[in-house]
Amino acid sequence: MSIFVDENTKVVYQGLTGSQGSYYGRLNREYGTQVVAGTHPKKGGTEFDGVPIFSTVAEAVNETGATASCIFIPAAGVKGAVLEAAEGGIKFIVAITEGVPAHDEAFFFNQLKRDYPDVQLLGPNCPGIISPGKCNIGITAGHIAKSGGPVGIVSRSGTLTYQALYELKQKNIGVTTCVGIGGDPVPGTSFIDCLSAFEADPETKAVMMIGEIGGSAEEEAAEFIQQHMTKPVTSYIAGVTAPPGKKMGHAGAIVSGGKGTAQAKMEALESAGVKVGQNPTEAGELMAEIVALF
Amino acid sequence: MDLFEYQGKQFFAYYGMPVSPGQIAFTTEEAVSAAEELGTPVMVKAQVHTGGRGKAGGVKFAADIDAVREHASNILGLDIKGHIVGRVWIEKASDIQEEYYASFTLDRSAKKHLGMLSKEGGVEIEAVAESNPDAIAKIWVDPVDGLTREACEEWVLQASLPEQAVQGTIEILMQLYTAYTEGDADLVEINPLILTPQGNVHVLDAKVTLDGNSQFRHEDYAQFDETQTRDERETAAHAKGLQYVGLDGSVGVIANGAGLAMSTVDVINQVGGQPANFLDIGGGANADVMAGALEVINNDPNVKAIFINIFGGITRGEEVANGILEAMKRVEISSPIVIRLDGTNADEGRAILEPNLSDKLLMEDTMLDAAKKSVELVS
Repeated sequence: MSIFVDENTKVVYQGLTGSQGSYYGRLNREYGTQVVAGTHPKKGGTEFDGVPIFSTVAEAVNETGATASCIFIPAAGVKGAVLEAAEGGIKFIVAITEGVPAHDEAFFFNQLKRDYPDVQLLGPNCPGIISPGKCNIGITAGHIAKSGGPVGIVSRSGTLTYQALYELKQKNIGVTTCVGIGGDPVPGTSFIDCLSAFEADPETKAVMMIGEIGGSAEEEAAEFIQQHMTKPVTSYIAGVTAPPGKKMGHAGAIVSGGKGTAQAKMEALESAGVKVGQNPTEAGELMAEIVALF
Repeated sequence: MDLFEYQGKQFFAYYGMPVSPGQIAFTTEEAVSAAEELGTPVMVKAQVHTGGRGKAGGVKFAADIDAVREHASNILGLDIKGHIVGRVWIEKASDIQEEYYASFTLDRSAKKHLGMLSKEGGVEIEAVAESNPDAIAKIWVDPVDGLTREACEEWVLQASLPEQAVQGTIEILMQLYTAYTEGDADLVEINPLILTPQGNVHVLDAKVTLDGNSQFRHEDYAQFDETQTRDERETAAHAKGLQYVGLDGSVGVIANGAGLAMSTVDVINQVGGQPANFLDIGGGANADVMAGALEVINNDPNVKAIFINIFGGITRGEEVANGILEAMKRVEISSPIVIRLDGTNADEGRAILEPNLSDKLLMEDTMLDAAKKSVELVS
């Protein structure tokens, strides 16, 4: 099994006709993802590479039965796009776009929670989600992931997500689902959402969690692991040597007021029984040791 | 984007909040003429993007023009935690009866806006949180609802301010919330918010951080972007639209993705080296972006080797490879480059690079090996 998506997930791409949307929409389709529709406010009724384009998400849902959406719309339009998807009946929204204002993210996070509590948003500013061999929504290079489990991956960083998949594939370890939650201040899906889904998924036997400096999401995850996880978890935290007060690329990755350091996060995770690697390769090796025991 | 105090006050004034009249001065003469215009007594305040100005001697009371001249000349050029003071804010001095603290920021755990109000202002709020946490009244605001007047009134009551300060504080907090949300701020902080002997509530300091991602709906924020504190390398990188943070070492770092760039910096440290920078060329990086990144790194005299660490997702391998070769044609790169390339179209990328490998351009299979090689080249 996988979490959030599987081979039956039908996906509408908001922004399919744009340069990023078309490139990754095609790659996702080649991977086997059911790319059933695209939306564009002015191109409804047309086709793009054989995929029907609708003016709105609601129409796409009605016509194709899409349950997931993938957003490749520029930052200024993401707030509208997320709410349009939820209103249109989408249950799983993946927002790839980076550079979305934090106030917009806080707004639509709370709006979804209140008015569309059964909608799960992933991102913004995330690489997406891949359930190897079944479904790939977003910008992950599908060939770097080995299918079949037993490991689930959740990560705050895009390229480190790929790194994690790659490390496991090198060791011939499969992945049930790999979720990139993104490095922004208000991610739609949290570490805890994913850990809890992996804990409930019978096929996932262990979880790899990639974090980075800033905020307290890793500490909160550590507490959750301590209290609720029976499955083993390995981790890697990026930014051990990041200087305080400097934003390391991601809007959320900043050590401020002595809070959010990699050290504190690693300690919290270790005291929750998580095996923490010093670099992505070591985290992969720790996972290999765990998997060898299954 | 961090605003200087005076920019923050102008930002607050735009939203109707009461601030003191003042003028910015870049020289002692400008400070003197500003004070003459405003009328003494005035405060002479260093404008830097860091805290602790008062302790460092960067904030002085000037009773007369001679004092303004003396303080301005001392403060201009002063080094406050590595920030050299280039401008002072000359402001009409205020009488202070009491000092409070007020702020809004995003609570990332609660995913709501967090307002904090304390009658113990004028000191570091972290210290108050430590010594007397009950002295901070907090309110969590759902961004969808916004801050209602009723909620604001209740919040102010919790802070136990004296009766005469209550109404003025409510007004200012409502305006502060509007400034925070409409202005797309990461942080708005007033410390101190003062009560004057005349019974007026007044903004005496302003700390504002704006969300750079919101610039598409705030064209005027470009002016603040220009006054950010950056070193020479950071300025050059910023002009090219690169996410760059200067560090002190000798291994130049180029990576795609913030996490991978951070991890690259970490791994270089782990194998005994010192990174010269953090540089994330981001998603959709093409030949131009890579060339720009190499130019920035190449201009850093401390760099003795360059580690390019690319894992393709958004960035495609052949683009990276072409970018590197293109950049090597455009600029004479003085340090050897070690490349590690994986992910989308990595084989195509490697094939492009293969015939060009030399002692100036090396390739390694793993991140760890490439880090070791870069550090080896430096020592």
